[in-house]
Parts: sequence; C-alpha cells; structure tokens
Amino acid sequence: MNDLPLSVLLASVLATAAPLIIAALGETITEKAGVINLSLDGSMLLTAMVGFLVAYETHSFVLAFTAAAAIGALIAAIVGIFGIYLGQLQVAVGFALTLMCKDLAYFLGNPYSRLQGPQMVPMKIPLLGDIPFIGPVLFQQPLVVYFSLLLIAAVWWYLYHSVRGLELRAVGENPEAAYTRGIDPRRKQLLYTLIGGALVGIAGAAYSLDIKPGWGRPQGIEGLGWIALAIVIFGGWHPIKVALGALLFAFLQVFGITLQSYWPGIPAQVFQVAPFPLMILALVLVNLLQRDGVQRWLERRPGLALLLGKLRGAPPRALGRSFHPD
Amino acid sequence: MQIELRQISKRFGQFEALKGIDVTVANGTIHGVVGENGAGKSTLMKILTGYLSRSTGSILLNGREVACDTPASAAREGIGMLYQEPQDFPPLTVLDNFIVGRDSHPDGNRLRQRRRLEELAAQVHFRLNPDTLLEKLTVGERQQLEFLRLLGRDAQLLILDEPTTGISDRQKALLFQALRQIRDDGRTILLVSHKLEDIEALCDRVTVLRHGQVTGEELAPFHIPRLLELMFDAPSADQPPQKAAIPDSHPHGEPILQFHQVSAAGERTGLDRCNLEIHRGEVVGLAGLSGSGQGLFLRLAAALIDPREGEVRLHGQRLSSDDHRGFRKAGGSFLPADRLEEGLIPGFSIQDHFALSNGISAGRARRPALQAIEAFNIHGRPDSPAESLSGGNQQRLLLSLIPQDANLILLENPSRGLDVASARWVWEHLRSHYARQGAIVFSSAELDEILAIADRVLVFYEGRIVRDLSGDEIDYQYVAAAMTGN
Amino acid sequence: MAVSTRLTPLWSRYATPLIDSLLILGIVFLFTSGLLLVVGTSPLEAYGHLMKGSFGSWSKFSRVLNVWIPLILCSMGLLYAFRTGLWNIGVEGQMVLGAIGATAMLRLGLDGGSPWLWLGLAMLAGMLLGALWALLAGWLKVWGGVHEIFTGLGLNFVAVGLVLWLIFGPWKRPGIASMSGTQPFPRELWFPTLEGWRVSPFAIGLALIVILASWWLLNRSRFGLNLKAVGRNPRAVPLYGLSPDRYLLIAIMISGALAGLAGMLQVSGVYHRLIPAISSGYGYLGLLVVMLANFRLLPIPFIALFFAALNVGSIQLPMMMQLDSSLSGVIQGACVLSALLVFGLRRLRQRRLA
Repeated sequence: MNDLPLSVLLASVLATAAPLIIAALGETITEKAGVINLSLDGSMLLTAMVGFLVAYETHSFVLAFTAAAAIGALIAAIVGIFGIYLGQLQVAVGFALTLMCKDLAYFLGNPYSRLQGPQMVPMKIPLLGDIPFIGPVLFQQPLVVYFSLLLIAAVWWYLYHSVRGLELRAVGENPEAAYTRGIDPRRKQLLYTLIGGALVGIAGAAYSLDIKPGWGRPQGIEGLGWIALAIVIFGGWHPIKVALGALLFAFLQVFGITLQSYWPGIPAQVFQVAPFPLMILALVLVNLLQRDGVQRWLERRPGLALLLGKLRGAPPRALGRSFHPD
Repeated sequence: MQIELRQISKRFGQFEALKGIDVTVANGTIHGVVGENGAGKSTLMKILTGYLSRSTGSILLNGREVACDTPASAAREGIGMLYQEPQDFPPLTVLDNFIVGRDSHPDGNRLRQRRRLEELAAQVHFRLNPDTLLEKLTVGERQQLEFLRLLGRDAQLLILDEPTTGISDRQKALLFQALRQIRDDGRTILLVSHKLEDIEALCDRVTVLRHGQVTGEELAPFHIPRLLELMFDAPSADQPPQKAAIPDSHPHGEPILQFHQVSAAGERTGLDRCNLEIHRGEVVGLAGLSGSGQGLFLRLAAALIDPREGEVRLHGQRLSSDDHRGFRKAGGSFLPADRLEEGLIPGFSIQDHFALSNGISAGRARRPALQAIEAFNIHGRPDSPAESLSGGNQQRLLLSLIPQDANLILLENPSRGLDVASARWVWEHLRSHYARQGAIVFSSAELDEILAIADRVLVFYEGRIVRDLSGDEIDYQYVAAAMTGN
Repeated sequence: MAVSTRLTPLWSRYATPLIDSLLILGIVFLFTSGLLLVVGTSPLEAYGHLMKGSFGSWSKFSRVLNVWIPLILCSMGLLYAFRTGLWNIGVEGQMVLGAIGATAMLRLGLDGGSPWLWLGLAMLAGMLLGALWALLAGWLKVWGGVHEIFTGLGLNFVAVGLVLWLIFGPWKRPGIASMSGTQPFPRELWFPTLEGWRVSPFAIGLALIVILASWWLLNRSRFGLNLKAVGRNPRAVPLYGLSPDRYLLIAIMISGALAGLAGMLQVSGVYHRLIPAISSGYGYLGLLVVMLANFRLLPIPFIALFFAALNVGSIQLPMMMQLDSSLSGVIQGACVLSALLVFGLRRLRQRRLA
C-alpha cells in the first residue's frame, strides 16, 4: 500500500466516500425535516442486493439504480407512515426495520452470492482528466463520485437558498408552528423521508455495482449505515460538514493501514471504530455548549467560542417526535 | 370582513368546551372577546382559524359559509391569528421567519422579502433586524414579527389571543397604535383578552364568554361592573376570598427562607442579585409579568435548580444544589403551575401518588387515599388516573399530598384554571392549615388574587425584585405600574 | 404494586390483546408465506423444517434453550431500562463486555484453584463489566445529555473492536490467531451442568430466578413503582423525593449486569471460549422481544422461546432447502413490524372514537 502513488490513494478516498456521502446526505434531509430513519444499515444492504440482482438479470444500470432507489424509498416509507401517521416511535420502527432488512437481504440474495456481476467503470472527463495529479483524483472517477459531489452542492443550495428548503427546516424545528402557517408538516416529513430513503437506496446500489462490487454474505458494507447516521450527527446536520465527515472517515479507512505502520502500537480496530467515539464526542459538545456555566466561560474567549460555534450543530428541535393535528 | 359564527360547539372527549356559540363581528371593527380562564376564548379562536376542528356549527364570512377546517384553508379566506404562544422558529433568522409559510404566496426572493419586511415595520413603527436569530429576541419582539407577517399577508381578519401578556408597556402602546391604524384601513380585528383595561382601550364591541357559552354582548363605552357580572358566576362573586384577619399580635417569627445575593439563569430574564428574608406567618405574593423571574425564584427556593451565585437558606441551613429532598425534609413543599406536566404522574392513580409520596406499597396507600378524597373533596376514586381528574381536582390532589407539618409552601399560579369556588376553597385550606406555623409564597398571573390574599407583595420586573411592599403600601395602581417598570 | 389500569370493561381488557396477537400472527404468516412462494419454495415445507429443527429432538430443543437463556436475560434487563424510558440499545456491547470480563477471570483460573471460585468470579466480573459499560452510556446521557441510542450504538461498535483486538492480540491462540476465538477452556472451567444434558439446568434455573425476581421487583416493589414514575414523568419525580438521574443510572446498570451475565454464560456454558460473535445478536433480538411484548413482562418468556426456536430451526434451512438461515431474522422482524402496525392502528382507532 505504501508503494501506491498518493494520487491513487486520494482518488480511492473519494471513491470510498462517495456512497457514504450520498447516504448521509439523504439522512440529513430526512432528519432536518424532523424524522429519524434508523433503518439505514439494513436498508443499504437490501438495496445493494436489489441493485445487484436487477443489474445481473437485466444488464441495465439504470434499472438497477431505479429499483434500488425505489426499495430505499419503500423502506423509508414504512418508517414514515408508522412513525408519522400511526404514532409509533420512529426509532422503534427504524430499529426493527434495520434488522429485518439485513436478514431479508441475505435471504433473498442467497442465490446471487459470489456471482460475477456487471460493474461500472470509471468515467474520465476529457481534458480535465489529464491534469497531472488532480486529474486522476478528481476527474477519473466512477459516476457515483460525480453524483455525490453534485449532490452536496444541490442539498446545500436546496436547504439554505430555496423556499421549500426553508419550509423543510421550519417543519423540522417546529411542526406545530408550520401547521399554523398553512404547511402540512406530516406530508412534508413523509416526502423528505422518501427522498432520503431513495438516496440511501442509490448509495446501496453504488456499493454493489461499483465500489464494493458483487453480493455475498457478508457483503462488506455491514455497519456503514450506522456510520452514516453517526456522520450526520457529527456533521451537525449541515450538508457540507456531513460530507467532510464522510471524507474524513474514508480517509481513515484508506490511510488507516498506512497510518498503522507509523504507529504500530495502535490496533487496527481503533481506526475502524473511530467514527463512533467522535460522534459521541460531537453530541456531548453540542449539549455542553448549551450549558450556562460553559457559555459564561466561553464569553471570555471569543475566538474559541466562534470556532466551537462553527463546529457544533444543534439537532432539529422536532427530531424524532411526531406531530398530531387535532 | 364581516364574520358570523353560528352554533359553534366543541367537545374534547367528555368535556364540552364550547356550547352553541353565536357571535357576529362587524366589518372594520375591533371586537373583543372576554372571559375568565377556561371560558373557551382561545378554543373558539382556534376553531375560527382552523387549528382545531369544530364539533358542530358553521362559520360565515361576508355572508358566505366557509370550511376553515385547517389553518391553510382559513388562511386562504384571509384569516390570520397571533397565538398566545409564539408560533415561530427560534433557530432561524428574523427574515427566514418572515418568509416561511404557505398562508400567502411564497416568495423566495430574499431581497424583495427583506425590503417588504422593512417597509411594513416602518409603517407601524416597529424596529427589527432581519438577520438576527429569532431566539435572541424578546417575547414582545417575536410577537411584533408575527404581526408584521400577518400584515404582509393582507389578512382581512386578525385574531389576537392575549397579545399583551409578557410585553413591555412601550411595546403595548406601539401594538395598540398599529391595531387602530389597520382598523382604520378597513380590516377587522378580534381581540381576546382577560385584561379589561386593554378591552376598554381598543374595542368597539365585546362578547363575553363564560363556561363555553355567550353570556352577553356590550358596546363601547363599557361599564366594567356589568362586564364583570357577565364574566363571573354571581354579581359579587368576583370578590376574591377574604383575607383572614391575621392578628397583629402574631409577631413574625424566625426567618424561614433567606436569599443572599442570589443570581440564576433561566426563564426569559433570569434572576439578578436577589436578597430577602421570609418569616414564619407571612403570606407573600409574587407579582409581575409572566417570565419576570417569579418561577425561577420559587424553584430556587425549592432547591430544584442551582443558583449561579449566592446562597439560599432554609431554616438557616444552606440548601445544597438540586437537593429537593433536603428541602422537603426541612418542611418545604412546592406546587408547580403545570400540574400534570410537572407535579403529577400520568397513568398513576390517586392511590399510586400516595404510595409514591410516602414510600409505601400501593395496597397500603388505599386508606390514606380514601381519607384524602374525603377530606379534600376530590371528585375521583382511589384508582382514578391523575389525568382523568379536572384541573381543580388535580390541584386538590397535590394539596392533599402536602405533609401536615410543612412549614414553607411554595405555589406557582395556584388558581390557574380553577373556578372561583375551588380557588376560594384552596386559599381557605392553605390559610387555616399553614399560615400560622409556616410561610406561604405564591406567584400569580392575576393581580387581583395577589392583592386580595398576600400581606406582603414582591414585585418582579425583568429578573429583579423592584418593590417589597407590605400592608398599606399595597396598592393596585402602584403594583401594576411597578410590574411594567415604572 | 401494578399501576392501576383505566376503567375498561373486563372482557375488553383480555379480548383486545388476544385479537391483536392473532392479527399479528396472521400478518406475519401471510408475509412469510408470500416471501417463500416468491423464492419458489413451499411455505409448509419451510415451516415444517423450522419446527422439526427446533422441537424435533431433545438435542435440538436443548439448543433452543441455550438461545433462550441469554435472550431472556437480555430481555429482562431491557425491561428495567424501558421502565425508566431508556432505549438501551447498548445491550449488545454490554453482553460483549460481560463475556470479556468472564474470559479474563477464567483465564486466571487456568493456573489452578477451585473452578467454583473462578466460575463465581467470572459471573461477578461479567455482571460488573456489563454494568459498567452500561453506566458509561447512562452517564453520558445524564451528564452529557447524549441520547442513549447513539451512545449505545457507538459503544457496541467499540466493544466489538475491543473483543477483536483481544482475540487477535493479547489473548490470541498459540500459533495462529483466528476468527475461531481464544483457546478453548478445559472442562473444569465449563459452566456446571448435568451428565448428558446439552443445556445446563443450572443456567435454566438461573434464568427462571431472574424472571421471578424481576417480576417482583418491577411490579410489586417500591423500587418498581419509583422506576415507573421516573419513566412516566421525570420532571415531576423530584417533587416526590426521587432523583430521576439516579434511577436512570441504576436501571441501565441492572440492564447491563444482566446482559453481562448472559455474556458470561455464552463464554462458559455455550462456546467455552471467547469468539468475535459472542453476543450472537441476542441483545438486539432482546429489544425485538420486548417490543413485541409491548413492554410487559408476562409475554416475554414465551416470545423469547418462539424467537429462540426460530433461530435454531432456521439452521436446517440451508441444508434442507437451500435457503439462507436468515429467514428467522426476517420472521422476527416482521413480527415486530406487524405488532407496531396493529398497535398503531388500534391507537388511531381509540383516538377517533374519543
């Protein structure tokens, strides 16, 4: 691994991060609207399987990604309907779904295990792809990578520069108030849950058709859904920070082996589980910063306060709780 | 816009909140709706604005029947409401809060919206910075923004629900000026309030509600006693419970509660350097606009929260932080305003509450529960869950849980949601049992209650105790003025 | 003392759960059968194998019980946490930590000494480490305000990382470190059982004791009433002299201790060594059991038996029908989802009628 040129490693970081970015951004949209979709891990496995199955049978990537997105949206719809309309706890539904979808993926995918299936090839952008060093890193990537980069910009613009994005954020903060302003919070929440789910589906298929091709038991992406959830929190529910978080994780994964050779004392597992303590730390920080005593301590250190203010991100206030009109 | 409400009724389960309401509001007037707490004013308005669904009845606007079954449909008809609780989005900016909403044509052009906001604000002399985060604004300012939104929406009917609670006199004056201005422009305004001075100042006509029914309508100029008569059960029934004559020979005993340079954060204003002593035998009323620090004061005294600075002492002993247990052991008792949210356990029966309170098994708690039901006249059975009791009975339950030997009773808005008879009963009970052996400290949103009950009044304004009055010093005008900073 | 129920007519109090259960089973049956038909197999044949695989012989049933015991322990533990409103998803990690603690003790026992001593210490160590791991999540909630779902998940992953490091590092087998775990323990350090029994009756007895003790603690004791109060209204309980934080921590620690005990039994009674998948997903499965039981104690032992039977029975499927054994997980998940559907619809109906 040490012998590979730096540009190849960096390109690998982007490729590894791409599906995670897509899934995390999908969940960011969902959570910004106030719904928490805990089924990510199982959903990604099931959609990865479906994507691979459809591609294998039909030889069409378009159909495969569409099917995966549809399944992702369907799973999210269950969380949405049970949580928003039937009054069940969103985390309960999501948790049961994540376990079931994982097993469903293994069960239905059994016949397709270890088969050689279609795999997408990297797309080189003419001219830009020939630039030394940056070329291979940014412009000779699988389609998924381009999609993920565009998605970051799109989600950021939508959330902070469009009226509908503003409504989305409003619903996630205070659905009752949104209701008094003539918005139907439940329909909006369901809509964004579906969109988020579809993106998760695309991410799942991106793994089985591109980044970690094939299907098996285990497939290799087990646990990534949980990591995506962690990254949303760690990124303070802001699309740019979330994407950076995903890149950081991918960086640790790719360079983990290299870094290990510098610090042989640290076990490999540390890099693998690193996102989770970071996520917990981020959450602790959010809560601590809101405390009175800490705020006063920070008043005397404006530089630090500014930095921490940029880093932290409070969750949408209505996250996880369902709205009931009379 | 002319409004006609015909036979509006609303049921919440068994409870009939509104019974056959008929009201007509003339075009281009300010029409008041008054009544005491629980009369149904807010419920009626929420039905008109589509937030609640009505059980029966119809709504006609300019003679045409309309649905108004969701806020969106009411907004389409041109109805807008300023809710008692601000319905906005604190983490977003003022401008964002102004823009978001489907009750008008959503316009995403931020520049245009910003200019519109500034124009409207100038029209009614409000000053708001579009880029501040809403959570940094005062209640009054948040309300101003809501008002501007409704104005910008060309709402033909504006409903205001208790708009002057928690705002300063200056903000109130600005609001009233703005209201008169838009009334003159031809819009109709419905003003819901229990503050008769506001009604007097603004309204052309007023409808009085009591227990979910219309008891009368009056035209300006208003005759206050007549309004009071329509609002309350009997002509002189609004007479607050008589102050039990505490003989002067009863000296104020040793200090029970001491605050020494206590500051704390919380509520809207926090509490700033509070110093006082409360003695045995005193009945102390905490006056002030809601959120001026009274709730904080009570909770600091009850050792439910920590002061930032200073010391709270009960019977000379310093209360350690968050040690409500110690407070109770030393003879303290606290009854919060939100009875079901903060004082009782939903799903637990009366019996279970006694078991919990006394640390005994529920079986053994049946006896004391029955005794309490008898003694306190609670309408319920030992196995009735707490949430099935009415507000008054929940209050009686909380009172029955106070130990006999308590010597410091802290009450937050004790008569909130109670009818006059229950409120009178509560005060008689408290006085007869505890006024001699201990001290009673209570906060109230009703200045009348404070003036009638307390021998000593502490006036809170913006987190400080600005007046400490006893005996003859206690005067309605003086206290009301002090409450708003004069 | 049980919290008094609403004044509902007697028949409806018993009929309703019965109708709900039948509905749930019906939905699951239709879904699973449909699924099996879609993959081109016979549902009846599959159900037959599931049943034979779990109840077909004493040896198979012993395996079911070997799953049932840790599952019951985790489920009972979760009840304590749920009473206070906590979602102790960290139960998987707590079980792993319990297994680690037990392994550490038993490794000390390799040098000699009374096996009973070491097994006893292993039990204590298992419960202690499980409780401490739970305490970590609980403390982060109480002090740091972090929701226990996230700390629980995070700590689960950290626990797995920890166990992998131990198995491939300090505790690796002499020779090659492998995924098959640590060096198996000698017979003396195995959890005591009777001659010829594949499952330890002492372990069964332990599980039964935990069930009874939990029933008493949660439903009849003052502690149980306090827990319930904390769960229903943490804001109000300080007025009754209770500290909600203290009860949250105690509840989660009990949950962790029981999960740790389950971990110890896995190490000393089932696998006789530490393996990476020592928790076998029983923690998450316990959450499903409790959700399906609608957070009541009485149905749990039966539901746990059902789930354990599914787990063991599904082992037959790859061999007999070329189906993946994860069918059991699908059925279990479908049960919970149908339960959520049925409970949700019922609540909706109640609200409409009100």
